[in-house]
Amino acid sequence: MNILEVQHLKKYFATQKAVDDISFSIERGSIFGLLGPNGAGKTTLIRMITGIFYPDEGEITLDGRKFDPINDVVNIGYMPEERGLYKKMKIGEQAVYLARLKGLGKEESIERVKQWFIKFEMQSWWNKKIEDLSKGMGQKLQFVTTVLHQPKLIILDEPFSGLDPVNSNLIKDEIYNLARNGSTIIFSTHRMEQVEEICDHIILVNKGKKILDGSVSQVKQQFKENLFSVGLDTIPEFGTSGSFEVIGRKENTLFVKINQGYRPNDVLQYFLSQNVGINSFSELLPSLNDIFIKLVEGTPATRQFQTVTA
Amino acid sequence: MNKTVLIIQREYLSRVKKRSFLLTTILVPLVIIGFYAAIIAISISGSSDTQKVAVIDQSNLFDGKIPEDKDDKTPYTLIQNETEQSFKDKYKELGYSSFLFIPQTDITHPQGLKLHSPSAVSLSAKSKIENRVNKAIEMKRLSIAQIDPEKYKAINSDISIDNAVDSASGEKKSVAGVAYAVSFAAGLLIYMILLIYGMMVMRGVMEEKVNRIAEVIVSSVKPFQLMLGKIIGIGAVGLTQFGIWIILVIGLQFILPLIFPALFHQMAEQAANNPAMQQGGGASTLLTITEGLKNLPLAKIIFCFIFYFLGGYLLYASVFAAVGSVVSEDQQEAQQLVFPIMMPIILGFVIMTKAVNDPDSGLAVFGSLFPLTSPIVMMGRISYDVPWWQLALSMLLLILTFLSFTWLTAKIYRTGILLYGKKITWKEMWKWAMRKS
Repeated sequence: MNILEVQHLKKYFATQKAVDDISFSIERGSIFGLLGPNGAGKTTLIRMITGIFYPDEGEITLDGRKFDPINDVVNIGYMPEERGLYKKMKIGEQAVYLARLKGLGKEESIERVKQWFIKFEMQSWWNKKIEDLSKGMGQKLQFVTTVLHQPKLIILDEPFSGLDPVNSNLIKDEIYNLARNGSTIIFSTHRMEQVEEICDHIILVNKGKKILDGSVSQVKQQFKENLFSVGLDTIPEFGTSGSFEVIGRKENTLFVKINQGYRPNDVLQYFLSQNVGINSFSELLPSLNDIFIKLVEGTPATRQFQTVTA
Repeated sequence: MNKTVLIIQREYLSRVKKRSFLLTTILVPLVIIGFYAAIIAISISGSSDTQKVAVIDQSNLFDGKIPEDKDDKTPYTLIQNETEQSFKDKYKELGYSSFLFIPQTDITHPQGLKLHSPSAVSLSAKSKIENRVNKAIEMKRLSIAQIDPEKYKAINSDISIDNAVDSASGEKKSVAGVAYAVSFAAGLLIYMILLIYGMMVMRGVMEEKVNRIAEVIVSSVKPFQLMLGKIIGIGAVGLTQFGIWIILVIGLQFILPLIFPALFHQMAEQAANNPAMQQGGGASTLLTITEGLKNLPLAKIIFCFIFYFLGGYLLYASVFAAVGSVVSEDQQEAQQLVFPIMMPIILGFVIMTKAVNDPDSGLAVFGSLFPLTSPIVMMGRISYDVPWWQLALSMLLLILTFLSFTWLTAKIYRTGILLYGKKITWKEMWKWAMRKS
């Protein structure tokens, strides 16, 4: 069952179609990647899902019911990209305050903050102020405040920026943990290697429109270019083969692109007929990074302002 | 609504717990105490001047002897056998603070009198000396005109008039000076409150926007709740501060007689001996003040003060909040946007200074009805009798304006708080405010 369904969502600002007819759905317990270049409309999309903005058109369904910005607050945890906490407030008090704004009771908030602080080894921070924290420490605190009320849907915008590898892993493990326990995570980032590692499903947004939707492996299959690497004992002198073209080599490995109408078997057959020892043969799938660049490249780096007549 | 209460709590506690709150709350009464102490110190010391004045009287105006005078205790010394030139270099060494040179001059058109001093003498000292010389000249002229000085004194009239104000609550002794001071102080206080607490609201909103806290909070509560919580929270801080001050000041009224028993004893005595008091002795000044305060409608003033404090604060705080929400990091940008808001506040203050002098003038009445200036101007009129219909109309207008302003500014706030990197003009803010939600 889908935790979130978004249908034909539109949000037009005076000078921009920030979100222009986007639909997608997210399965419960999955980790969903929301990708897109700067200014693609991700933040606007997220703000509509968190109830900060009302969409101009379209519908959001959360957990089978129509999304209600006021009462669904407790079901959503949102960690914005630019993080914000009160600098002069004590850390413990701040976490409790944010939890209570989500609708938790006082005792319960304190209890949960304590649990999370123990989990992240932050117990000694309770009476410190935010301004005393390093950026990474602030990040951990922000993460804690986002998930404290056990939301069904957690939205993380660039959660790893500014974190060292150790703390990154700590948060990453916690994200897996939350997903395993039934929370759904929307993960928005530019860091494609993290998306490949973490996400089950992705959509790519550009200029307010969805241009890609699928699981990570589906997307890779969709954009593969029939590239293979062949590891050989020695590189033979080439005649021409109609089945493939060599597009690069590195020591004893050839990179080949199989021509239209041929199969990998034809390539192997060629080398077998050449009587060369084959050590390895594998398909080269494009990285998400390549796909991202390919799809977004050519469109202007920042969106131009346009007049919207809607 | 429960969440708004949470926000109010946070805004209130985070400010009240601050060291600077404690400091200003204690320091301001200390300044007031200092003020009281200064008045008392001046009253006790009377008008004894440490000025010593030497006089070279070549016209013999004083007939070789300077008479005593009850208003002027300055010690004058007549210097013989010196000229202006020769004495000019010596008088400081001889311990005089200044010297008056009266040349040989015609009694009907005296001229060429000169007061020498190392630095400019105060206006009061100068007028005292002029007074002395005038009296001496008058005496001379009297004798030339062959009028008996005693007869002249008997003819001379010197009265002061008591102004009785006939109001509904019976005839009261007018205490124009005290009414003036109370009105002015109340207006000034409201003026400062609007600026200080308005700016505090603006800074708070800016802090939330710049640190991107707003986005986290508005994913939990509605922007309007956040704005309202902040405004009410800071307003409560203001009320707390005033509460503490009022208690301290009232406490002071009781404590002062204990600290300065002699003074108050003296005051009581003087009051008993001389019911129709003239100005003069310091102690009686203080008594005039206490007497005057008793004659003012204090309950009404305090009620109005709190009402106009709240009304004015809520009105302006919402505007300041809206401005804070559209400013990104730049302080200078904030200054530019704040200026138009400060204009009516300053205008109100200017009208108020006129209103305390002439509380029933057209300008004062207009200023005390116009909601952008009424909190300040009405305080300026409050110790004089303001017609009830004017007071009621002014309050009604203030409430209506505050409600509609909050409604409009909330729309600006809602948009501005999440918008970054763009400079917002008044025109755009106007568009946001007028947009249908």
